[in-house]
Amino acid sequence: MKLKLKIWRQKNSETRGSIVEYEINNISPDMSFLEMLDVLNAELILKDEDPVSFDHDCREGICGSCSLFINGQAHGPDRRITTCQLHMRKFKDGDTIFIEPFRAKAFPVIKDLVVDRSAFDRIQHSGGYISVNTSGNTQDANSIPINKDDADDAFDAATCIGCGACVATCKNSSAMLFVGAKVSQYSLLPQGQTEASRRVINMVNQMDLEGFGNCSNTGACEVECPKGISLDNIARMNRELMKASIKK
Amino acid sequence: MSKKKLTYSLNYRKPKSEYNDSDELMICIRYYHRCDKTQKTKVIKKSTGIKCKLQDWNSDWHKTSLRSPIKDSDPNYKKKNKILKDKVKTFNLDDLFSTVKNDSFSSYLNSKLPIGPLDKKWTNHKNTIDLVSPANKRNIDVIVVGTGLAGGSACATLAELGYNVKAFCFQDSPRRAHSIAAQGGINAAKNYQGDGDSTYRLFYDTVKGGDYRSREENVYRLAEVSANIIDQCVAQGVPFARDYGGLLDNRSFGGVLVSRTFYAKGQTGQQLLLGAYSAMNRQIARGKIQMFNRHEMLDVVIVDGKARGIITRNLVNGKVERHSAHAVVLATGGYGNVFYLSTNAMGSNVTAAWKAHKRGAYFANPCFTQIHPTCIPVSGDHQSKLTLMSESLRNDGRIWVPKNVEDVDKIRNGTIKPTEINEENRDYFLERRYPAFGNLVPRDVASRAAKERCDAGFGVNKTGEAVYLDFASAITRYGKEQALVTGKDDSNDEIIQTLGKEIIKKKYGNLFQMYEKIVDQNPYETPMMIYPAVHYTMGGVWVDYNLMTTVPGLYAIGEANFSDHGANRLGASALMQGLADGYFVLPYTIGDYLSDDISTGPIANDTEEFLAAETEAKQKLEFFVNNKGSKSVDYFHKKLGKIMWNKCGMARNKKDLESAISEISKLRKEFWREVKVPGDKNEFNEELAKAGRVADFLELGELFAKDALEREESCGGHFREEYQTKEGEATRKKEFQFVSAWEYVGEPKNAILHKEKLEYQNIEVKERSYK
Repeated sequence: MKLKLKIWRQKNSETRGSIVEYEINNISPDMSFLEMLDVLNAELILKDEDPVSFDHDCREGICGSCSLFINGQAHGPDRRITTCQLHMRKFKDGDTIFIEPFRAKAFPVIKDLVVDRSAFDRIQHSGGYISVNTSGNTQDANSIPINKDDADDAFDAATCIGCGACVATCKNSSAMLFVGAKVSQYSLLPQGQTEASRRVINMVNQMDLEGFGNCSNTGACEVECPKGISLDNIARMNRELMKASIKK
Repeated sequence: MSKKKLTYSLNYRKPKSEYNDSDELMICIRYYHRCDKTQKTKVIKKSTGIKCKLQDWNSDWHKTSLRSPIKDSDPNYKKKNKILKDKVKTFNLDDLFSTVKNDSFSSYLNSKLPIGPLDKKWTNHKNTIDLVSPANKRNIDVIVVGTGLAGGSACATLAELGYNVKAFCFQDSPRRAHSIAAQGGINAAKNYQGDGDSTYRLFYDTVKGGDYRSREENVYRLAEVSANIIDQCVAQGVPFARDYGGLLDNRSFGGVLVSRTFYAKGQTGQQLLLGAYSAMNRQIARGKIQMFNRHEMLDVVIVDGKARGIITRNLVNGKVERHSAHAVVLATGGYGNVFYLSTNAMGSNVTAAWKAHKRGAYFANPCFTQIHPTCIPVSGDHQSKLTLMSESLRNDGRIWVPKNVEDVDKIRNGTIKPTEINEENRDYFLERRYPAFGNLVPRDVASRAAKERCDAGFGVNKTGEAVYLDFASAITRYGKEQALVTGKDDSNDEIIQTLGKEIIKKKYGNLFQMYEKIVDQNPYETPMMIYPAVHYTMGGVWVDYNLMTTVPGLYAIGEANFSDHGANRLGASALMQGLADGYFVLPYTIGDYLSDDISTGPIANDTEEFLAAETEAKQKLEFFVNNKGSKSVDYFHKKLGKIMWNKCGMARNKKDLESAISEISKLRKEFWREVKVPGDKNEFNEELAKAGRVADFLELGELFAKDALEREESCGGHFREEYQTKEGEATRKKEFQFVSAWEYVGEPKNAILHKEKLEYQNIEVKERSYK
């Protein structure tokens, strides 16, 4: 395959970036998208040019590091996968591909396609945990039975990989799917009840502080989420927030 | 032993004549150890951390009255000589080797095992070790490098106990550590299924599964705390799979006869890691953990013989930083990426462990590597990593290759499909060779059998390195069963196929989807292609019962250490070990060491040792960006991977291992000459980070091959072709029932072997057979 790549290049967070065009040949349809970028980088290195920086690690769709906006879609054209699971057979010979970083006010660009998603960490610091000591002196794991449906729903919410595709996709750069998933996981489990009110208020406050936008129910985040996290989680978070505000 | 045997010497790394007078060399303390049995003398060198120029070295120092090895032409000669003398004074041989026995190698290691019966040891130990009071913990800093299951859980618990924790990870968040990719589950001796499980059984299975090469006491402790892990994780909100009664569900895994594996679909590692991450977040919010994301450790700093800090590089702006603490914990995972292609994450590396090794920590059993049989095969030279297909698939899939080479050719050039090959022309080689266990033989055995067929020319893809994993007969079997149950026509093939595929989809749907995305073939219609790949490393930094390395104050936990899995790890045991070490073992054992440090006060990070380590690290970075070579870092990494895979992979022999050692050493020299790193050191520069990692892999690879060469037996993941039975099975040898712990003395191939004897008092050492 022969491709034209239009890639966002930006030296660091202080300088302005721009789209730079590259041509690349001999791409096999069996390559993953990131392997295609590896090939480009290998060529750039030998030409004494700066290779394109992008975040990646596990390359099997679970660590949440990779984060490209490909032809206007977070994680590219395929569904329910991350960029590292995208393969070149989804493109045609001669295609032009635009590759940009995940863009949001709360995700400043570090270099090229690498963005700073530490805002997500700070939201988790504000309440993404259950306050239990790790001494191992807790009660037996089976002492509180949990309804299977609730446990399954909590699991589905907990499979969020924190990649930020929801934020990049949302026209408001809202992080409500991400925060909703964490709030939901704990609100569905008996262990999470004690701190439920405090948790949701703190996490939503921190989310606002970080500069994420609000939700206007377009549902784009759910479509682009590589793990298929459901919009129900946003609804559940709003209910939890409402309950918490009344209690307060 | 007497200290009279101690002398100073320079650590020459090439012939003396090749040095210039202005070259700086490391000064070592040499110890001459005489083995009573062989009457041979061995030299053990120990780096002092002090360097001097050749022109300032007084080789006749022992003849002078002051006995000072550095001449007064060195501007710091007084200070340096004093430090050297102090080093000799405090050099404690007894600590290094508690009991030197009469043997041909240098020493036996003391693993500081507690006394008493096996099942009381951990309790006794906890009751007798020193503690640090809560008020004093506030004054003690601990550095934890790596935030996977072991590191993350250790950070959380240490912080909760009151220590000030500084945590480091190279990823952009602790939640992305590679523990997240673990699929299957976590073992725990809960016996919720009432199938006779117990602490002893878990202990027994783990030691046997490890082919009797792990430390009995550590494994028993692991089994003992395993149940607590599940309690802890549930309390933290980890959503494990449950049954309709609301209780926890279990599945069974390879090599055991009970159901003790707890799981969260195919994402158990993710859920457990997010649990540990949440526990960390709680402590970060309290200010007890200071988190350094996107930081890579470049070196460990030893002050007065103790680990007192690390040198790091901020991967965003390239800044090299010095961090001090009272103790340093390495939780930096395994070194599978020495093979270039593995199921490890792209960033997984050995640098932290290797730097610790170079600073005095012994490296144990580097050749014990697990090669997992069911991974998606390599599709071409561009391949950057390999993807695992869960072991559970072998419950229903049958592994085969064509019987006739002609059929193989036709498949490779696409003239026939695998489904067109008749039953009688298929070779179900695992069922043929191992009728008792069939497709469910352990990982090491299944991997070797697949390699044997492919080497014989029966591989079924373009590269000749793939075998089929076929679900057709399982689909038919389940389909017939379902047709009977639901009262449908069980002679209609179409109905059977539809029903059967539904069952398979329920069991393995997510794995089939993953396979289809990567390979672009529908595994419901055509057999999967699989091939073995490097997955886990049982070897690692040597640690004693307290998880402390041979450097005081330096600890290693999780996959980074060597202790619990012997020569082969059982499925679902890696998660268990990571969390056991981090939540329940290290936070207590470290207190025993830190109790001596309560009045030390803060550790300064601007002492000579810190500055020297920082300079050394900076020089290396400087070298990389200025060495305008002709080849990229990946070029060398791929080449190293090929050597490792071909000569130190699933089957090894003397000739190949010897040539691997010389090839790696040659490649390393070429690397330092020809490597090309673009960009600057003061910026985000992934190639620069990679260069440092590959430099260390190029050294580790050599030690790996040396270890494999010296272990003249086959056991677990280590298979030497010379040591096999007539039927091609592993021949384990009694005289190799020990841990090989290597001491760094320069070139990896010159490393000095120390042994830890493995004694089994609570378990009978048996032969493994799967016929």
